[in-house]
Amino acid sequence: MSEAFVELSDVTVRFNGGTIALSQTDLRLEQGDFVALVGPSGCGKSTILKLVAGLLKPSSGVVLVAKREVGLAGSVRKEALGASVPVRIGLAFQNPTMLPWLTIRENVMIPLKIVSPFREQYARKKKGEYAERAEALLAQVGLKGFGDKRPWQLSGGMLQRASLCRALVHEPQLLLLDEPFGALDQFTREELWSIMQSLWMSQRPTVLLVTHDLRESAFLANRIAVMSARPGRILEDRAVPFARPRTVEMSYAPEFAALVQQLRMRIAHTRAEADTAAQAAEVTA
Amino acid sequence: MSALNVKTRQRLLSAGTLLGFFLLWELACIATGVSDLILPRPSQIAAVLWEKMPLLWPHTVQTLYTTLSGFALGVMIGIVIGVAIGSSKTAYDVAYPLLVGFSSIPKVAVVPIFVVWFGAGTVPAILTSMVISIFPVVVNVATGLATTEPELEDVLKVLGARKRDILWNVGLPRALPYLFASLKIAITLAFVGTVLAETVAANRGIGNVMMIASGNFDVPMVFAGLVILAVMGVMLYGVSSFVEGRLTGWAQRKSDVVMA
Ligand SMILES: Nc1ncnc2c1ncn2[C@@H]1O[C@H](COP(=O)(O)OP(=O)(O)O)[C@@H](O)[C@H]1O
Ligand SMILES: [Mg+2]
Repeated sequence: MSEAFVELSDVTVRFNGGTIALSQTDLRLEQGDFVALVGPSGCGKSTILKLVAGLLKPSSGVVLVAKREVGLAGSVRKEALGASVPVRIGLAFQNPTMLPWLTIRENVMIPLKIVSPFREQYARKKKGEYAERAEALLAQVGLKGFGDKRPWQLSGGMLQRASLCRALVHEPQLLLLDEPFGALDQFTREELWSIMQSLWMSQRPTVLLVTHDLRESAFLANRIAVMSARPGRILEDRAVPFARPRTVEMSYAPEFAALVQQLRMRIAHTRAEADTAAQAAEVTA
Repeated sequence: MSALNVKTRQRLLSAGTLLGFFLLWELACIATGVSDLILPRPSQIAAVLWEKMPLLWPHTVQTLYTTLSGFALGVMIGIVIGVAIGSSKTAYDVAYPLLVGFSSIPKVAVVPIFVVWFGAGTVPAILTSMVISIFPVVVNVATGLATTEPELEDVLKVLGARKRDILWNVGLPRALPYLFASLKIAITLAFVGTVLAETVAANRGIGNVMMIASGNFDVPMVFAGLVILAVMGVMLYGVSSFVEGRLTGWAQRKSDVVMA
């Protein structure tokens, strides 16, 4: 087994209100891997993502990214351990959160304004190299010629494409996606799966994708981690064997459908268990 | 083309209504024979304005100067306090109720205090005008800053953005339309504060002129002062609306600005 790039060991997260969002969870991602995290809503998927991003501290256990412990001082960038170069992370959510006073290109370029070593050269390169880099990415997601538009002139699907570009423009080693296609219609979503796949194949960041769409997880991921109802644990971690590049037609093949069906059963089962447990707790209370 | 016609027609109608109002006033005064000690005719007021302009002009300038000084100070302090409160969740939660409490104090009550501290004159008027115009600026700037989407903040934090980066790139631009909206309100309030303080404790300014004129039963003069204030108020409001419209083109699609 090769070395882990992201590793959660025995992680528990308890929120202030007493909610236990995660309980003794383990998860490993190898460098360049594409892992999807699926599970019933409220089971702690976003919590895992935030832990890896360094936005949240575990109550106990350890979260390592490139062998550095994160979540200690807020973000991975904080150089807590030695002088090793911090891991670059890209993040995208369901809500594309483009800034309305900037053009789409300027929005995509935001990370270059903030992340070292781009930050230092931003004033000099924003008109040339960096603008070209943003335009190239926009072209890759089918937004050629939209760089000068303002966010409100674009549809939801187009904004989400731009949001993917913003998450990738600084060539992150780690890409974290929290239900990025959740608000889109089925057709747009499937289109974006293919775009996401080709972006990943060209840049090869390590990806952690949180989704509630099982077809999406099977289409995009190398591995799917299924979580139990709250408090979340990883119930099952399974490889997705389909060859790449995968196509939407392939997602209608019997083996694909069978995989999605098995995942669905697994999640339905854990939800039913959680409901029974809750009822039992109510009876004893 | 027809849109332009509609606009021109609206303008003409407004002007006509205003003219009709003064005409009706004039006619009513003549018909009822009411004494000019109670309600002077518009023509009398116009005559006073014309004859006494050399005397009234320095007071007009004084009132304008006091208003603008108070407004400028109020906006600067308001921005500083607003940024301080709006850029931290805790500060926002702690300070907001306090601010609402302070804002509900009637501002007339602070004039005597300023007079005790600084003596009657321009200073208490500027300070009153400042105090009264701070609040809407603080509330709007703080609200603008506090409404940054948490997701966006996460995106930036993960990139290693410092608080300063987030404030500069997201918070302040986001708060700008809120700030501009508050300027319109603040200038009107600053004007109210100035006239208020002038009528209580000043020796110059239109408020003071009106106070003295009313003591002398020079009612046409009181009304002349009122007309000057009305014109000044409309102009100040007009200028700030115009500036706001110019500076926040992109934000016009969002009308979720707090009117405090
Ligand atoms: N900041 C918080 N404070 C308290 N409880 C929280 C907080 N964030 C999430 N939770 C709770 O933790 C659980 C897991 O949340 P989350 O990771 O967002 O679930 P999901 O799998 O739907 O992404 C949920 O029950 C949620 O209510
Ligand atoms: Mg979630």
